[in-house]
Amino acid sequence: MSAEQSPKIVIVDESPIRAAILEEGLREAGFTEVVHIREMQSLLARIYAVDPDIILIDLENPSRDVLEQMFQVSRAVRRPIAMFVDQSDSASIQASVEAGVSAYIVDGLKKERIKPILDLCVSRFNAFAKLQEELERTKSQLEDRKIIERAKGILMKVKGLTEDEAYVLLRSTAMREKKKIGEIAQSIITASEMLK
Amino acid sequence: MTGPLRIGFIPLVDAAALIVAVDKGFTAVEGLEVELVREVSWSNVRDKLNIGLFDVAHLLAPVAIASSLGLGHVKVPIAAPFNLGINGNAITVSPALHAALMEEIDGDRFDPLATARALARVVAKRRKAGAEPLTFGMTFPFSTHNYQLRFWMAAAGVDPDEDVRLVVLPPPYMVDSLANGHVDAFCVGAPWNSVAVDLGIGHILHFVSDILVHAAEKVLAVRQTWAEKNSETVAALVRAAVKGAAFIEQPENRIEAARILARPERIDVDAEVVQRTLDGRLKISPDGAMRESGRYLLVGREGAGRPDPAQAAWLYAQMVRWGQTALSPEALVTAMGVFRPDLYDAAVGQSAGTADAPGGSFGAFAGPAFDPRDVAGYLASFDVARRAR
Repeated sequence: MSAEQSPKIVIVDESPIRAAILEEGLREAGFTEVVHIREMQSLLARIYAVDPDIILIDLENPSRDVLEQMFQVSRAVRRPIAMFVDQSDSASIQASVEAGVSAYIVDGLKKERIKPILDLCVSRFNAFAKLQEELERTKSQLEDRKIIERAKGILMKVKGLTEDEAYVLLRSTAMREKKKIGEIAQSIITASEMLK
Repeated sequence: MTGPLRIGFIPLVDAAALIVAVDKGFTAVEGLEVELVREVSWSNVRDKLNIGLFDVAHLLAPVAIASSLGLGHVKVPIAAPFNLGINGNAITVSPALHAALMEEIDGDRFDPLATARALARVVAKRRKAGAEPLTFGMTFPFSTHNYQLRFWMAAAGVDPDEDVRLVVLPPPYMVDSLANGHVDAFCVGAPWNSVAVDLGIGHILHFVSDILVHAAEKVLAVRQTWAEKNSETVAALVRAAVKGAAFIEQPENRIEAARILARPERIDVDAEVVQRTLDGRLKISPDGAMRESGRYLLVGREGAGRPDPAQAAWLYAQMVRWGQTALSPEALVTAMGVFRPDLYDAAVGQSAGTADAPGGSFGAFAGPAFDPRDVAGYLASFDVARRAR
């Protein structure tokens, strides 16, 4: 990197957290010129105002099709972009699409300078997806715990059980019916509400 | 095959035959297990089909051709064994542009030559007044919408690259962009034109069937190599799509079809709007004026499902006309080879000779009759064109 100037990178992403994770990674790797665009209105004009060498966009973003216009030569397009990776480099395409990110490279940037950026993108996007998954799991665990607490309360009251006995009943029923404890707990709550 | 077929689609009414084929169980009857995956951009659909994350896709016909030619992206040969829709797009304009056009129009307001000439006068006036050029939204560089807008305005001498701006917009953003003045008009498929009219912010100026009587719109696309390895699956899928299309075309099934398509995990729009599109009976202006056409969207009737290579040739000719690629006889053959009536015929068990006559005539309102054997001669007849750089 040292001798050459850092390429200018635009991140188009409506998720501020994911963009921040990516931006941080890029800066750590020495890419200092990073701009995040969140607003999709007049996207091309915003991009041209920055005049980047590389544009990174998440695949959940419908505006990806807007960027495809930059392959065309027209009044609206000033610096046409090149293909984002080499035809032969199908592994890179696969990895980036699976991670949920796509890169557009302005004509003239050397291939060996693109590869590390793309790799970094893929790993940061994957890290973000994992983070989100964990968050979802934690959320649903928390939710489950609340439901189980309520179901235990109902069982204790209706059947005169201790807290431990109520939990054992829930767990053994879940095992016998091959369901999650949370599901059994939910059906107890539903049933008791119907019987009110 | 392992696991279900993964089929990508964009939430548009012209995915109808595919969605109904799956949701009415026609694919299951054919022994196919299918997972429909809703996507947000044509670039995603194309890329996921190309790298095998999708086995099959609802795809813009020109994207299938561009992919096979390696235009705009990596080259992956595509086969289209079923045509998902003929026509189905419309041009919607803002109330302000509509008023300006109606002031200038000399002739019938549904005559595309009359409206194109009116547009030429509006464009000239704006230039004289020093106003910004008009901006038209369309869905993708390689899209029927792009070519239909260009074909229409160029017929009256409006250069789509010099006299106006054409910008790509994702279909779900079209309506907002028209409302806030980011664009003055757009060409898009259903339901978005109706949504704009219902909100009182747009007038449907043309059904694209005004411009071209018979135009291939979306195809069911598979990778060519995949089609070769999975010929039984392709045939089963085509049969299911044929049944889906036939179901939709029965007027007594329209309510049910519209309900299936309207569901949140499919197109996610009011069922009544979907039905308007299928019936070809559309509200065209905020004051409630209706327009009916038997040609608005053809899902299966008039042989719409059978891919017609002449349609692929016409789309390729548009790519050449607008400078997206240079004319080459080999590329023309490749483009025509994307549309596969042979796979369709094999699936439904008919021989080519007995097949429904293809739409044949494009019924374009301007220019000479199109002949795939003389694309150069056809293109030479147009004054407004670009050369590939």
